[in-house]
Amino acid sequence: MTVEFLSQFLAVYGSLINFIGVNALLALSLYVTLSAGQLSLGNAAFAGIGGYASGILTMHLNVPYPISVLAGAFLPAVVALLIGVPVLRIRGVFLAMATLAFGEVVRIAAVNLGITGGAQGLVGIPNKTTTFIIYGTLAATTYFLKVLGGARIGWSFASIREDETAAKVMGINTTYYKTMAFVLGAFIAGMTGAIYAHLNFIITPGEFGFSAAVQLLIYNIVGGTRSVYGPVLGAFILTALPEVLRGAGVTAGPLRLGVNGVILLLVILYLPNGLSSFFGKKGKLHAQRDGE
Amino acid sequence: MFLEFEKISRSFGGLNALSEVSFGLEAGTIHGLIGPNGSGKTTLINVVSGITEPDSGRLLLAGRPIHRLPSYRIAALGVARTFQNIRLFSSMTCLENVIAGQHLRAGRALVPLLLRLPSARREERQSREEAMACLASAGIENRASALASSLSYGERRRLEIARAMALKPRLLLLDEPIAGMHRREIEEMENLFRSLVESGVTILLIEHNMPFVMRLCSRITVLHFGQTVTTGTPEEVARHPEVIEAYLGVEDR
Repeated sequence: MTVEFLSQFLAVYGSLINFIGVNALLALSLYVTLSAGQLSLGNAAFAGIGGYASGILTMHLNVPYPISVLAGAFLPAVVALLIGVPVLRIRGVFLAMATLAFGEVVRIAAVNLGITGGAQGLVGIPNKTTTFIIYGTLAATTYFLKVLGGARIGWSFASIREDETAAKVMGINTTYYKTMAFVLGAFIAGMTGAIYAHLNFIITPGEFGFSAAVQLLIYNIVGGTRSVYGPVLGAFILTALPEVLRGAGVTAGPLRLGVNGVILLLVILYLPNGLSSFFGKKGKLHAQRDGE
Repeated sequence: MFLEFEKISRSFGGLNALSEVSFGLEAGTIHGLIGPNGSGKTTLINVVSGITEPDSGRLLLAGRPIHRLPSYRIAALGVARTFQNIRLFSSMTCLENVIAGQHLRAGRALVPLLLRLPSARREERQSREEAMACLASAGIENRASALASSLSYGERRRLEIARAMALKPRLLLLDEPIAGMHRREIEEMENLFRSLVESGVTILLIEHNMPFVMRLCSRITVLHFGQTVTTGTPEEVARHPEVIEAYLGVEDR
């Protein structure tokens, strides 16, 4: 009976569950970059590059799925390196501005190129991604980023986020680590885009536009970036919320968006560290502190 | 000379913050840097730590020119510093601030951590112990798990010194390290600086508290409008007519 219930549940909510996993992965891609104090508005575009590249590889060249996904991760990482090296030498909002423009370039290119299928999108990508693959990737990525936080790289990211000048004079090559944070974010975004492309048969340019980029930022703000679980939680709540509201009888689109806005506002006003501040942890080394 | 300034000049727009500053630091001593506000003391420390590049002149650390190197490479040569306006990692605890400061000496490689190797755990324990030792010598080990943002002003200065010590520096640049401290804290800092020098560290110290500078420094350089007025022992500097003029003014005759 439970099996029957489960299969029914999956039939109704399967696509929502997949969506939550994909959004959580995208939120984590931005989390990496934010954890080094850098704001990227290009992660949706990186997901787009990864999705299109891997979709095209699978459809036209019959590349096996795992290799196609890997290619979809590496290509945007290389692109990020090319953008990051000149831009990240400078401090401040330049990365946000450059990636904002870059995102538009990618979207317009996807609309106008022949190989991407234009405005209608890339149609006919084989369906190879399963819920298991999405959540396996999510678990592995979360574990990786959690461990990264305690490694040399993670400590450098945190130091740069807290005070770039102080980080420099304690011997951190800030340009190198900022670029790494940006490239790693692009890698995860591209990988997720590739996984997503093989989920729904079709991807369209609009899915990777400016509003998607901002949505990732909102997941991080609502969930909080002090812990790797924050963005996952933020993506989970904000992706599931419209369905919950539908169940509660709220059907009108604008009203649902309004609820998202109100949640964002409340979090910014009352929970500067996001929902993850409910976990009751402070600082960076939480797990081991109890021993003292 | 362990650190040698050779005609270092730097201007910001029309303001000559430093003009042809020349003096040297002897290894294993505390060298004082004094002068009225705006005389270029902090700019000079910024030049040493690579935050500000000099327009002209040379800066030699143990004979090696460092004035064109970026900050992180100067730090790798064993130069640590504190800031006049205190730059802590405020959302980290005190212990975490010092652990972050171990960047240049810690391995913390990713793969052993991912595989949960015992060596990674051992290294983590060792780095915590060393960080606690730094906190203890700065006298704030009892605040190890407090957030840096919750510290008092004097404690913040001590934490910044502890974090600088985590680098195990050969040259320590201190920009007004005892500002805002009460007398007992000042005595503790005095002992700390003396013991650091005994262990072979060279210190360049900016400070406005004259008795403190006179007691601690073996030599003092006086800056005024970005120029070196004199370099000498505390007694020589105290008698120097131009120093008296810069600090106290001259009586009209």
